[in-house]
Amino acid sequence: MKQPTLVHVLQPKWRTALTRLQQERATGGRGKMMVLGAVGLVFWAGVFGVLFRVLRYFRGVEEIGALLAAKLLSLVLLSFASVLLLSNVITALSSFFLAKDLDLLVSSPVDRLRLYLAKLGETLLHSSWMVALMAVPIFAAYGIVYGGGWLFAPLAVAAFVPFLVLPAVLGSASTLILVNVFPARRTRDLLSIIALGAAAGVILLFRIIRPEQLARPEGFQNLLDFIAVLRTPASPLLPSEWVTRAVMGRLEGTWDWLPLYLLWSTAAAFVAGGAWLHGRLYGAGYTRAQEGAERFVRGGFWNWSLGWALGPLGAARREFVLKDLRLFFRDTTQWSQLILLAALLVVYLFNIKALPLFRGEQVPFVLVSVVSFLNLGLAGFVLASIAARFIFPAVSLEGRQMWLLRSSPLELRAMLWAKYWVGTIPLLVLALAITVLTNLLLRATPFMMAVGVGTILLLTLAIGAMALAFGAFYPQFETENAAQIPTSFGGLVFMMATIALLAAVIVIESVPVYRYLQAAFNRQPLVVTPLMLGAFALAAGLCVAATVVPLKMALRRMEALEF
Amino acid sequence: MIRLESLTKDFGSFRAVDRISLHVPKGTLYGFLGPNGAGKTTTLRMIAGILRPTGGRILVGGHDVQADPIAAKALLGFIPDRPFVYEKLTGAEFLRFVAGLYGQDGQVVERRVDELLDVFELSTWKNELIESYSHGMRQKLIISSALIHRPEAIVVDEPMVGLDPRAARLLKELFRGFVRRGGTVLMSTHTLEIAEALCERIAIMQGGRIVAAGTMPELRTQHAAGDVGLEDLFLRLTGGAAAKELQAVLEA
Repeated sequence: MKQPTLVHVLQPKWRTALTRLQQERATGGRGKMMVLGAVGLVFWAGVFGVLFRVLRYFRGVEEIGALLAAKLLSLVLLSFASVLLLSNVITALSSFFLAKDLDLLVSSPVDRLRLYLAKLGETLLHSSWMVALMAVPIFAAYGIVYGGGWLFAPLAVAAFVPFLVLPAVLGSASTLILVNVFPARRTRDLLSIIALGAAAGVILLFRIIRPEQLARPEGFQNLLDFIAVLRTPASPLLPSEWVTRAVMGRLEGTWDWLPLYLLWSTAAAFVAGGAWLHGRLYGAGYTRAQEGAERFVRGGFWNWSLGWALGPLGAARREFVLKDLRLFFRDTTQWSQLILLAALLVVYLFNIKALPLFRGEQVPFVLVSVVSFLNLGLAGFVLASIAARFIFPAVSLEGRQMWLLRSSPLELRAMLWAKYWVGTIPLLVLALAITVLTNLLLRATPFMMAVGVGTILLLTLAIGAMALAFGAFYPQFETENAAQIPTSFGGLVFMMATIALLAAVIVIESVPVYRYLQAAFNRQPLVVTPLMLGAFALAAGLCVAATVVPLKMALRRMEALEF
Repeated sequence: MIRLESLTKDFGSFRAVDRISLHVPKGTLYGFLGPNGAGKTTTLRMIAGILRPTGGRILVGGHDVQADPIAAKALLGFIPDRPFVYEKLTGAEFLRFVAGLYGQDGQVVERRVDELLDVFELSTWKNELIESYSHGMRQKLIISSALIHRPEAIVVDEPMVGLDPRAARLLKELFRGFVRRGGTVLMSTHTLEIAEALCERIAIMQGGRIVAAGTMPELRTQHAAGDVGLEDLFLRLTGGAAAKELQAVLEA
């Protein structure tokens, strides 16, 4: 029987993508594209700018400049490889075992090799596009600083493509083996915990070893030792080293075909090996993947621990809150994000503690106060990121069950109310904890403490409301993975809107804070002027408006949504 | 019990439901038939308050679904055709949650949960997450959820899909008993034998309009159909040529 081409097997995917693009264009998606494009360009420009300066500096350093540049590239590529491996393992689970098109593909007379190549391509694309985009400004900076010429771009692509294929094959093979041992849905739970645990571990490790200390000159005891370390590759067998050698060879004029040959031949061998393994294990693995993660739940914990306290809310609201809590803590893709959150918070507090404010000579309290005040912006940003993770997806997650909520006599207002407070109360506790803790670490004055606590309280209420509202305006009803919702376009718009609010509040409050610092610096008593009061009132009013208006808009939007 | 007055629903430029009027009297099991895409599901979802009509009015127990949705919805139980439920809740938790939405809780609900799970043979699955339920079990759970608050009327879209013969039989008995006790059922179905055996009155939809409504004898009289069964009547009203064409294609 004549087998269909790979393009044909992948037809539903690329046709869907094309149609989605056309629909976006037809429904005025140009603005959305422009916002995404602008954010992407700013990000690219930022990465390019920083790397350009660093590489220019390296280029000026005699002897070791090129070595430093190569080492940096090899480290970046090594971190890319680890990210790619993890994301390929997770993506392969969906594309090879849980995707909705698999029933059709597996039941059709498409041979295993085509199925493997089609799904490998899908896995590669979904897990590598972000890394590939990130690589563009990095290679561009290398090419421009070291004068790579017009041939550099195709060469970088030729080196980078097999570098992307290798983790895709390895990740898919690891998933294939895992699924043959555990049921697919249990494997997904396991992987999301491992992935986030690993990410949290890397962040903590990276911060706690204090990389900034490496930049201190006293760190170098012997230049020759340092050069020797730089010359030694992490491992000559790592594909990241082969890419580095190919790229730096071109840039330094010591071109060698061997790294490219190694990359392509290894990628080809890996694909062949992966296809062989797929042929051997996929049938059994796919069958196992159909098993549900059957779980017996004792339940009762939330009823016992919180149910009585929520009693005064009435049956509808109480059950709604309890339902949200149960769903959150039973969905591994959701609660496991708390691991990453905890790591980020530790790093945040560690950074504040590591500030060189209280070492050696006396640091003026003005500086401490300024840090304490600006810290509000940072804390607000952290809270916005958390809200994007946990409150923004709230409406989207109700999508498929909306028939039940809309056909019941539950008021949409009550539903939004429950969603708002379930998300905002933990956020408030966290906000107050980090603000009070950082201000204590900074030994801030009572005035700064009061400003910090009051502002963060109001900001958190607004951030929670905005997250819920933007989630209602940009719902993702079809998504199966809650962790993907915050990275959607709506999530980006929410983050931009929140940053604008944070900036506005900080700018407004800088007026009274400046007055306070001026009086303290001149050792004069603080005279509260109408301008100061007005500024605080304006900031508070802005936060209240940013709480009430989005909630009202969200309610109207929910009423208008049809399911 | 349920009254539709010039009910209309547009999706963009497409008119899915076109000024239909229908009265479902209290204590009636009313069948709602029509080919795929006729507008049945859209109509039922509007009655349940999930979709907003473009025009017209829906009254449930005298309450306007748009103007007084809480009172109207409190009287209804809705059973959709696709059983999307919270995968990470257990069957019992889901039923308690739905009861809560209707403002009910406590021992009464606990007893009702046990009773319904027992009737639908889901008691052993009571504390299992719904993600491990089969399609039919989910359907049974949704039917239970529509009954948990003791509604006065049930609006049900394709109730037999995914049910095993025992459960289908049970559901038929359940609907009959519900109507005997004064309840009202508006049921859309493609299974014409079930409609003919169960429903006292039938409405047939085609292209967003109701093309026939009444008891079986009334329908036969209206369309001069002699002594034909519901299937022949349905095909005559909704274009039976399509079935013949399909047969020709399959035999080619």
